[in-house]
Amino acid sequence: MDKLKARSDHPLDALLRTDRIPHIWCSGCGIGTVFASCLVAMQTSGIDLNKTAMVSGIGCSGRGAGYIKLDSYHTTHGRAIPFATGMKLANPELNVVVFSGDGDLFAIGGNHFIHAARRNVELTVICVNNLNYGMTGGQAAATTPCMAKTPTTPLGNPETPFNLPLLAYASGASYVARWTILHTRDLTKSIEEALTRRGFSFIEVLAPCPTGYGRRNKEKPLDSLRLYQERTVIKNGADPSDVILDYQQGITLGKFIDHERPTFLDSYDKTCRINF
Amino acid sequence: MNAAVLTGEHFMTGDVACAEGALAAGCRFFGGYPITPATEIAERMADRLPCVGGIYIQMEDEIASMAAVLGASCAGVKSMTATSGPGFSLMMENLGLGLVTETPCVVVNVQRAGPSTGLPTLGAQGDMMQARWGSHGHYEIIALAPASPQEMFYHTIMAFNLSETYRLPVLVMADEVTGHLSEKVVIPEPGAIKLKNRPKAKGRKDRFKPFQAGPNGVAPMAIAGEGYGIHVTGLTHDERGYPVMTEGAQEEMMHRIVAKIRDNLDDIIQTESYRMDDAEIAIISYGVSSRSSLAAVDEAREQGIKAGLLRLITVWPFPEQLVNKLADRVRALVTVEINLGQIHLEVQRSAAGKVPVHLVGHTGGTVISPDTIVEKLREIRSTHG
Repeated sequence: MDKLKARSDHPLDALLRTDRIPHIWCSGCGIGTVFASCLVAMQTSGIDLNKTAMVSGIGCSGRGAGYIKLDSYHTTHGRAIPFATGMKLANPELNVVVFSGDGDLFAIGGNHFIHAARRNVELTVICVNNLNYGMTGGQAAATTPCMAKTPTTPLGNPETPFNLPLLAYASGASYVARWTILHTRDLTKSIEEALTRRGFSFIEVLAPCPTGYGRRNKEKPLDSLRLYQERTVIKNGADPSDVILDYQQGITLGKFIDHERPTFLDSYDKTCRINF
Repeated sequence: MNAAVLTGEHFMTGDVACAEGALAAGCRFFGGYPITPATEIAERMADRLPCVGGIYIQMEDEIASMAAVLGASCAGVKSMTATSGPGFSLMMENLGLGLVTETPCVVVNVQRAGPSTGLPTLGAQGDMMQARWGSHGHYEIIALAPASPQEMFYHTIMAFNLSETYRLPVLVMADEVTGHLSEKVVIPEPGAIKLKNRPKAKGRKDRFKPFQAGPNGVAPMAIAGEGYGIHVTGLTHDERGYPVMTEGAQEEMMHRIVAKIRDNLDDIIQTESYRMDDAEIAIISYGVSSRSSLAAVDEAREQGIKAGLLRLITVWPFPEQLVNKLADRVRALVTVEINLGQIHLEVQRSAAGKVPVHLVGHTGGTVISPDTIVEKLREIRSTHG
């Protein structure tokens, strides 16, 4: 590990808290890939990194904020988005990126997500969707496929998961995309786009959780990657209501929505600040 | 009404005066959710903030409100929220985040009678222990208790100053009666209002440690976007802000965030004494109940009872030493509060058995009448001489 710490030749070192490596993510976990794509996109997008903050909630993906060498805020479970909202509105010059997981953003934080999208607060929200609560041991989440086995659904998940891009679109997000960790170039390009878009941008990234989800559903990391390769189809502009996550039917990836509309601050200025 | 400080004499409610105090203190961000009897604070802020370059956002709930207030403060803007019991309960989670990340902000609780939905339109002082211990884990907190619209104005300023000085959320524990009461409020010239700002981060950006204590135990605060590249987490952390999952790190961090309050009690604690010089029975009260107590002291004196009042402006940290010394020179203590004994427990603890400690309290819905207090004082006199 000392050897690893001593390395200074990684192209993302400038953006990493190298003194916090090794990270906590398991072998075969997809979060690191999403995180790397995010850092690359930040570098290539041309945004002012001194004016960029990352906000995370709680969970494995929520640890993202702890590894980026920028202003970074590791908040409470589900509350990254409202925290980020306060930050962005208080200083509109900041680029605020929310990096968190599906359990955090869509179960405990689901209400905050839909309202931030509705308000079109200028945030970039990256959701690593590994279909379960990884950190607590793989329990069922609001994104766990129906009939999947987890420690809290030992006989299979009786519930139906969210279709995240549809939820984001219906709530008012102005940029909506879905990729997998196999599609890193598309993902990176998408994050780069999202970082430079005005308004609420949302990117869902499918990622394996071999320790939690994979172990109980006979899906090794390479099996997940195979699914991402063989069962996906890229369809930019697809109707979000047609992109339900169903590995049998095939999973639609792509940029679904890219439509600018007035942001919260645009509307606030126009409506509330007329006397200022 | 484009001036941040509305210098002059006004007739306004406590809630409105609270909002004006916040604006005068430099608050430029309000994240909140409507709730009786604190709604008028949000309404006033929604109306006034955009005119002074600030921003009001109505969040989806009080959990989000508290999160947004912390986010705004971390981005460098003085920020606040206002709520009542049910919302205060929802804020407890992120209040803890604010305490452990040492994020300055102000939370106003215009108390109504609880538990649960309780009596939404009627006052109480039943959240005083929740203010002290409502979030999980051990911590120190600062809470003020205004007793008039004028104090709603000043205590809100004081709350901002304390929050900025000591880097923590500060609570203004008002009550429905004070919040809805209309009285004269005098707002001074801006130059006459003393404001404090959080200690600023200085020095080499790559070597800055965001949680390294300064001279008074408080760490200078780096703001998002200043280029320090800080990490802030609700996990137990070291001086760099990095998570450290050990007993030792917990001990060190906790010691520091507790000590910055405990070591500065003289600067933080404020009380007022009324007719205490020769008092034989001392009332200890705060907020609206201290007004009833004040009237009761005068009435009791008319009847020949040597009563006095110690009014708590700062309820937390509790003036333990002061009450302990007080117990040496009076025959009895009486706590007056609209609950069944919360601050009363602190008075009992501080009196350490030296004198009897009585309670005048009820479960909420109305103020405590001075007559009830006088009756208790007479009863005490006949019992203890």
